[in-house]
Amino acid sequence: MAKLMDKDEMRRALLRLSHQILEKNREIEDLVVVGIHRRGVTLAERISKMMEEIKGKKLPTGTLDITLYRDDFTRIDYQPVVRNTNILFPIDDKKVVLVDDVLYTGRTVRAAIDALIDFGRPKKIELAVLIDRGHRELPIRADYVGKNIPTSSGEMVEVRIEELDGTDEVLILKRT
Amino acid sequence: MVFKRKDLLGMEDLSKEEILFILKTAESFREILERPIRKVPTLRGKTVVNLFFEPSTRTRMSFELAEKRLNADVLNFSTSNSSAVKGETLLDTARNILAMKVDCLVLRHPTPGTPHLLAKKLPVSVINAGDGAHEHPTQALLDLYTIRERKRTVEGLKIVIIGDIAHSRVARSNIWALQKLGAEVRVCAPPTLIPPLIEKMGVKVFYSQEDALKEVDIVMMLRIQKERQNTGLLPSLSEYVELFSLTEERLNLAKPDALIMHPGPVNRGIELPAKLADGKRSVILNQVTNGVAVRMAVLYLLLGKS
Repeated sequence: MAKLMDKDEMRRALLRLSHQILEKNREIEDLVVVGIHRRGVTLAERISKMMEEIKGKKLPTGTLDITLYRDDFTRIDYQPVVRNTNILFPIDDKKVVLVDDVLYTGRTVRAAIDALIDFGRPKKIELAVLIDRGHRELPIRADYVGKNIPTSSGEMVEVRIEELDGTDEVLILKRT
Repeated sequence: MVFKRKDLLGMEDLSKEEILFILKTAESFREILERPIRKVPTLRGKTVVNLFFEPSTRTRMSFELAEKRLNADVLNFSTSNSSAVKGETLLDTARNILAMKVDCLVLRHPTPGTPHLLAKKLPVSVINAGDGAHEHPTQALLDLYTIRERKRTVEGLKIVIIGDIAHSRVARSNIWALQKLGAEVRVCAPPTLIPPLIEKMGVKVFYSQEDALKEVDIVMMLRIQKERQNTGLLPSLSEYVELFSLTEERLNLAKPDALIMHPGPVNRGIELPAKLADGKRSVILNQVTNGVAVRMAVLYLLLGKS
């Protein structure tokens, strides 16, 4: 087990992501943020808050559960818990920034894009992740990356979040 | 918690934890019904057969919508056009359907225990959509969902079920379900429509609405089947209306924020006047909307795994 990021490094990575998003999207009138359950939700809230502090304007922020859009649904033998999707604003013609903790195979993001499109037709969907660990299985890439970490498939990247896990840190673990 | 069941047969054998888990899952599906595209790809490739051996509009449509919103393929089968009239046994009918590779049977049958028999004999999921006067679990689940939506919790509520308790699967499923979640359940009807030994289920029996309605949080009306008039159980429909129809005056005995529920179809002017059925205390149409979400949750929990 090795620590890849501590609390302060995570905060700075998120702040950098926020600045990058705002640099690319100078007009924030049509910018909205959507976090993917579970840890992406908290990260999205933090990024949204940081952008609000920079710009002085609150951005519409929502949550997305991708369980019902999984492509391995009939292959897994456990019952994934369905969580709430909460997008209380129209996303038609908006620029949506999707937020997740770790980008790995790309399958979660594929499901998230499908789910989003059932809510409307955004002008653009961008992807912000805290960690990109490689090993993509689909042609998907992130627009904003907190940190690139080369990993082997025998390893696991675990993002821990204060609100859910009691501490902010990113760890790399051997798969057991 | 992990929901491991193959079938949903009744409320009697579900635990409190399982009931709460289904209701929690249903909340996520309720949200889907408000989206511009009310459909998710979850049960793509699964086939569900709605086997109805009794007439039904609401329940069958609700199941069919739930199945379609989850992207399952749906087959409808009802007695009027089935081979049951040609003498095929139920088990043979079911086996023939399964031979065509289906994943789930939603069964309504006039004989109590029929879904249990099919569940035992067949490897696919069976959902009880009403078996005689025995159980109607998805109705109880949607009632619980609607109560929780308005009252936050079922725990500690006083609930009265009024009407033909003896012939009602809705009453039985609700009595089991509501009590498991900590409600006090009363039943109220003329003595001929109260089944013997119902007190053994833990309910309080009332023969007068005036006593039964005192301080209740929920008034659940059951449909009076007009056919019963000729069975000797009801002296006359007008006498029933006189004594057991809900009126505004009687409703005043209940708590000021008491809700009116009805599993449908409503006989306006018999169980309750139109004014109350359409009034702001009535959650009858909310029940119908929530029914789709609850059935989606049940289908997901039974079929959403290999």
